[in-house]
Amino acid sequence: MSDDLKRKIIEFIREEYLEDDSMELKDDTPLISSGIVDSFSMVSLKMYLEVELGIKMTDEEASTEAFDSVNSILELVRKKLAEKK
Amino acid sequence: MAYTSAVREQFRNTLKEVEEAGLYKDERYICSEQGVEIVVEYPRGSKPMKVLNFCANNYLGLSSHPDVTAAAQKGLEERGYGMSSVRFICGTQDLHNKLEKRVAEYLGKEDAILFSSCFDANAAIFEVLFDEKDVLLNDRLIHASLIDGIRLCSAQRDSYKNADCAHLEKKLEMWKPRARNICIVTDGVFSMDGILAPLDKIADLADRYGAMVLVDDSHATGFIGKTGRGTPEHFGVMDRIDIITTTLGKALGGASGGVVAGPREVTEMLRNRGRPYLFSNAVPPPIISAALRVIDLVSETTKLRDKLEWNARYFREKMDAAGFRLVPGETPIVPVMLGDAKLANDMARELLQEGIYVIGFSHPVVPMGKARIRVQLSAAHEKEHIDKAVDAFIKVGKKLGVIR
Repeated sequence: MSDDLKRKIIEFIREEYLEDDSMELKDDTPLISSGIVDSFSMVSLKMYLEVELGIKMTDEEASTEAFDSVNSILELVRKKLAEKK
Repeated sequence: MAYTSAVREQFRNTLKEVEEAGLYKDERYICSEQGVEIVVEYPRGSKPMKVLNFCANNYLGLSSHPDVTAAAQKGLEERGYGMSSVRFICGTQDLHNKLEKRVAEYLGKEDAILFSSCFDANAAIFEVLFDEKDVLLNDRLIHASLIDGIRLCSAQRDSYKNADCAHLEKKLEMWKPRARNICIVTDGVFSMDGILAPLDKIADLADRYGAMVLVDDSHATGFIGKTGRGTPEHFGVMDRIDIITTTLGKALGGASGGVVAGPREVTEMLRNRGRPYLFSNAVPPPIISAALRVIDLVSETTKLRDKLEWNARYFREKMDAAGFRLVPGETPIVPVMLGDAKLANDMARELLQEGIYVIGFSHPVVPMGKARIRVQLSAAHEKEHIDKAVDAFIKVGKKLGVIR
């Protein structure tokens, strides 16, 4: 599940945000602080996660820090999934 | 006094970080009027030198045009320097109303409203027109003022990839069932790349999904389109764009002032609820008077925009032939792509020594790794000015290894 989840998130980020297919995207690549994802377009990612995983994140939880890398997104998503159980 | 030495130190450290990141905005002092040939003091304290200006938004060369300065002078003499008030108290003159009517007519809209700047216009509009039931879909490269305006508003927001209508359509599909009103927000010309938003396709999508379209045409009004009416005219969709925001601070005289043009209800809502409108002094008489003359000039003939078009094409052809990597396009904004921020700044500095004033742009103004020098052509440039600029680019480009 975890690997599958990570793959889905990476695929979404690639398709939604990366202008250049050859761009490297590691688990700790800064997304927001490096300008790959701006604070407006972050909405798409939040919505994708909420719809795909059936979770709900408050604006405070969906902070720029929490969305700044694949790793930090995974951490938040795992927390939300655990709360759901 | 709470501005302690610790606070001072904190701010100094921040400035140092900005400088170390190569992002410090080192201003050059212009010791002459704004025009093609300007006198610049740079570095500070050095002897001012005459250079050719290739980085102003003076697209039609009207910033210091004799007719325009004479009109400003007339406005100053007849109506004074400032209004000393906001519009709804005692800051509205008949001339404000006259200019709003002229601009609306020029842009093919029902009505128009003036702001101190287009930044103010963009800061005002979203909060007034949209709330949490609505969705704003913006191009990812829109101007900072639109972003700030959207931030001030409670509407839901999302963005689409630059000028990518397939991506925009996906967003429209997704948001359509979730919104009362959807408004697509885009620049007409993207100021860092000089490319045009595909307004014909955007208007088609807007029709299909029942969305409004708002275009900031600041880098287009006066010179894009066959008669200079901007990107809506260029794409043949003047009657299909709902709201245009634009500036008097670029092609239209270059002083200051912003405009929202659109349906009368929109301008009336802004007159009643637009915070930057309600709480800012009225645009001063010399600017209103000069702007009226500018609208005459750009309405009477297309001579200036035609010359600008020729200048931009000529510069692009010459630079392309010299081997520089340009963002392809047809506007007078010509980005010379360099990639590296330091290289862009070094090249701009060397070009200044060759008598050509341009500026290097780097992150966060442009995406990381896409540093460039943005060259802006003007109708006031003559062929020999452009030749001199191209020669300087070739000389410096070879020295810095940008071209062979």
